[in-house]
Amino acid sequence: MKRPPLQAIGHGVLALFEAVGRLSLFALEATSHCARPPFYPRLLLRQMVEIGFYSLPVVGLTGLFAGMVLALQSYTGFSRFSAESTIPTVVVLSITRELGPVLAGLMVAGRVGAAMAAEIGTMRVTEQIDALTTLSTNPHKYLIVPRLLAGLLMLPFLVLVTDIIGVGGGYLVSVYKLGFNPDAYINNTLEYLEVMDVASGLVKAAVFGYLIALMGCYQGFHSKGGAQGVGKATTNAVVTGAILVLIFNYIITEAFFAQ
Amino acid sequence: MSAPANARTGLGGNQPKIALRGLCKAFGGAVVLDGLDLEIGTGESVVVIGCSGVGKSVMLKCLLGLLRPDAGSVTIDGQEISRSRTAREGAMRRIGMLFQNAALFDSLPVWENVAFGLIQAQGMPRGEAREIAIETMAQVGLDADSADLYPAALSGGMRKRVGLARAIATKPEIILFDEPTTGLDPIMADVINDLIVTCTHELGATALTITHDMRSARKIADRIAMIHDGTIVWQGPAAEIDSSRNAHVEQFVNGRAEGPIQLAVAHAAAG
Repeated sequence: MKRPPLQAIGHGVLALFEAVGRLSLFALEATSHCARPPFYPRLLLRQMVEIGFYSLPVVGLTGLFAGMVLALQSYTGFSRFSAESTIPTVVVLSITRELGPVLAGLMVAGRVGAAMAAEIGTMRVTEQIDALTTLSTNPHKYLIVPRLLAGLLMLPFLVLVTDIIGVGGGYLVSVYKLGFNPDAYINNTLEYLEVMDVASGLVKAAVFGYLIALMGCYQGFHSKGGAQGVGKATTNAVVTGAILVLIFNYIITEAFFAQ
Repeated sequence: MSAPANARTGLGGNQPKIALRGLCKAFGGAVVLDGLDLEIGTGESVVVIGCSGVGKSVMLKCLLGLLRPDAGSVTIDGQEISRSRTAREGAMRRIGMLFQNAALFDSLPVWENVAFGLIQAQGMPRGEAREIAIETMAQVGLDADSADLYPAALSGGMRKRVGLARAIATKPEIILFDEPTTGLDPIMADVINDLIVTCTHELGATALTITHDMRSARKIADRIAMIHDGTIVWQGPAAEIDSSRNAHVEQFVNGRAEGPIQLAVAHAAAG
């Protein structure tokens, strides 16, 4: 069926607004349940372990190699005008302000967002979410709220770990490969680092954690049509989660940049 | 927990336990329920039969508040539940539901599935809830050894038993059964039918079953209603199902391809 071009554009725009509206309503409803009992501390704890603890190897490796390659690449550039001494500062600022939150966010979007969408999506298509309702349990409170809160709370922790390991990676390459003095490297790292550098990264992390969990839950909650639907929901959760991470990364950076 | 509510219905005398009146529901252009009326008395077991895709599941979902009807009313003990969230949540505490594929929670062991309503909705301590769960499992023929298994390790028949145990654990006044025998071998289907009859009798519960399994319908039902094209086309005592003189019912009961019911493929997909 072929539509005239204007109609196709209108259709696309309307569909976009509809999707944004539905997502916003879902986010509002889920967030409002965060403050209203009953609460499920046991489920929150389980999600915090799932997101925070089990993501440690992934984000640790990501941070390590990001820091290592950053030291190498900036050495290539800065040695051309004999500014090697700025490398520790460049590494620590890039990691804490930008690479730590973004890379950890993207890795968690792949790991956790996909898992949430697949689990909740399967619960949807096997009527487990309907079963929750018939057992007088609000699926928003039982399934969504613990995941949103765990994402919000655990991503800053993961990013802090990424920051430390990332700086450690830069240190390893600079000291053992590029011949920096270890004491001077650590001094230079800390000398120009401000609280705001780390704090802005952690604020980003909290927002990313919330968004990743939101997309995982939203896509899973609205999946339909069996295994294929769950697969589609999982893909959508990762893609939309990762894109939102990148968009909000710019928005938050600009908000902090203006100050 | 069920006693005060039972006492309340005693006041009404003839008031039906569940009443669906003029229920309409359409998805896009496809009309699935078209002014459906059905009443179920206290302690009665009604089985709704009908082909796939004629609106049986949609009717059940409207009753459970999972779908909002476009028009019509759903009342339980005379109280309208389809328009008010609090009324619906109150009614939900008195309803148990056995889903078609049991819909057990994969992430919880069997006993926690059975005890879910007790722990989450009634706030019962876990130790006590586990004891009741194991008692309820014994009622449906599951021994205590299976309490700590996960649903993935269970056969289809066992899953149905766990689903039934979960539905009756909170001693509901109303139990709904969605295709209770689908996907089971004939012997296991008969075992589940027997369990349904004994469990609802022991609880004195009102039961509504949707199925297309006539053996199951004959065994469970006090009264049978047939749904077609979004309305009830026939209803009567289970014993009269073979002398209904209704062409729809005769075609369905005898499983004939020729008759007033013509299964259009597109129509079947809508429901």
